[in-house]
Amino acid sequence: MLARLRAAVLLAWPSLALVGLVAIPFLLLVRISLAPPDPNGLWSAGISLAAYRGLMDRSFAAALLYSLGLAILVAAVGVCVGFPLTFFITRMRRGWQVLWLVFLLATLTLSDVLIAFSWQVMLSKRIGFANLLVTLGLMEQAASLTPSFGAVLGNLIYLVLPFTVLTLYPTLSQLAPELLEAAKTLGASPLVAFRTVIVPLTKRAAAVSFLISAVLTLGAYVAPVVLGRPRNWTMAVLIGNAALAGHNVPRASAMSVCLLIAALLLTGGTSWLARRRGSR
Amino acid sequence: MIARAARLLFLAFLAAFLAAPLVIVTGVSFNHEARMNFPPVHPSVLWYGTFFADSGWRSAFGRSLTIAALASFVSVSIAFPIAYATWAHGSRVARWLESVARLAFLLPLIVLAIIYLVFWSWLGHVGRIENTILSHAVVFVSLPLTTIALGFRSVDPALIEAARTMGARDDDVLRRVLNPMLLPYVVAGMIFVFILSLNEYIIAYMVAGFEVETLPIKVFNSLRMGFQPSMCVGAVLFMAVGILCFSLVAAIGDLPKLLGGSTR
Repeated sequence: MLARLRAAVLLAWPSLALVGLVAIPFLLLVRISLAPPDPNGLWSAGISLAAYRGLMDRSFAAALLYSLGLAILVAAVGVCVGFPLTFFITRMRRGWQVLWLVFLLATLTLSDVLIAFSWQVMLSKRIGFANLLVTLGLMEQAASLTPSFGAVLGNLIYLVLPFTVLTLYPTLSQLAPELLEAAKTLGASPLVAFRTVIVPLTKRAAAVSFLISAVLTLGAYVAPVVLGRPRNWTMAVLIGNAALAGHNVPRASAMSVCLLIAALLLTGGTSWLARRRGSR
Repeated sequence: MIARAARLLFLAFLAAFLAAPLVIVTGVSFNHEARMNFPPVHPSVLWYGTFFADSGWRSAFGRSLTIAALASFVSVSIAFPIAYATWAHGSRVARWLESVARLAFLLPLIVLAIIYLVFWSWLGHVGRIENTILSHAVVFVSLPLTTIALGFRSVDPALIEAARTMGARDDDVLRRVLNPMLLPYVVAGMIFVFILSLNEYIIAYMVAGFEVETLPIKVFNSLRMGFQPSMCVGAVLFMAVGILCFSLVAAIGDLPKLLGGSTR
């Protein structure tokens, strides 16, 4: 009894904070997505499906599919590059490992605003990159490489890469080197060893890393705005515009709910795939 | 031999990819003129002076640091009891709270931004610095929760047993035995929140962007008005803070272990 009381006192503040600042705001979002918009304020009282009805058109569906596709692409590239990178890092000597980890964490310390800005600088007409392409004969004359879809894609991959490494690191670091040795001794080629030893052991971590990258991309607002053209804008940008420029909070909330459902479907699909592969 | 060369090439390419924007921004910040030149022409620290002389930039930088520091304290104050209750009592409530915290971290940031925009407007509490601090504290609480739980798991049960045998009560165990052992994990969790809060843009902008202008918000607003070298200075300062923080973590604790690596 006393232990229970102690636990209750201990958890009072965390419960208050998490229920008050996560659970209630979350339910409020769903509620407001069902409120009628108010052109003079934020929303008005009552229940209406107007916000959702406003989303029943082709352009919204196209934007949602585009955002999902982009998220899957970015996350797939992130995992495909991050996996070998993490594997190599875990096989390095300790000093090098720490150096790489601090370096990766340092890129994380830059706000996506600052990273988008530095990409804009890097891809501008005056600075190295375009001139490098000219020197290599890949470009006729130096020109600005933004705004473009390529810049958005590259920037998003840049943003997710540290996250993929950090989520894969624990699993790959604990992968005993003896396992690979044993596979080699038993005559497995590196490819077979990868498929039969490494993949089953790291599949879960790879799925988590894929999901984190995909969700991060779904929520990314700054990169498409700064580096892309309006047709490269993702759902995140459209949601931001609905709330800030359109002053239609119920619409932005309804769009957020749709984006959340898309994220949930992606999560469900990924974990289903990861499990199905496991049963074979 | 070829495999080794390919691996080195791959690593060098990625290092260059990751370093390029950082190097270029640092280079541009040392320019003498208000132009994007790289490598800088007549290197100087002129713009650093301009940055610190401009009260707008200075106060945005200070505000960002304040928000990040307070958010990291609040975040740990939420995470520590949950991790302790899970470890000491196997509390079911604590586990439920943990999943709420994880949920918050797994929502797309734009959705969180709209959630908090709606929430703080609903409370009628708009444009205050507390909004940014509290929103950041709960959104990122998952990180200290992870590092502190890792810390509790690394505690040798024999040590606790020994302390109990010698007559220590729960409080004594927590204060004299656990706290010193957990300190690096708590600090690491705080630093993660600090860094993420420092750099977060969209939530900060939506909950109080007009009144509480943080450095990322100021940079974003300036981006629309065209290039200013002061923006590069801001970026360099943030990078410096980040590298300093993580080097500190690497120095006081075992960074690979904190990130969940093996202890080999």
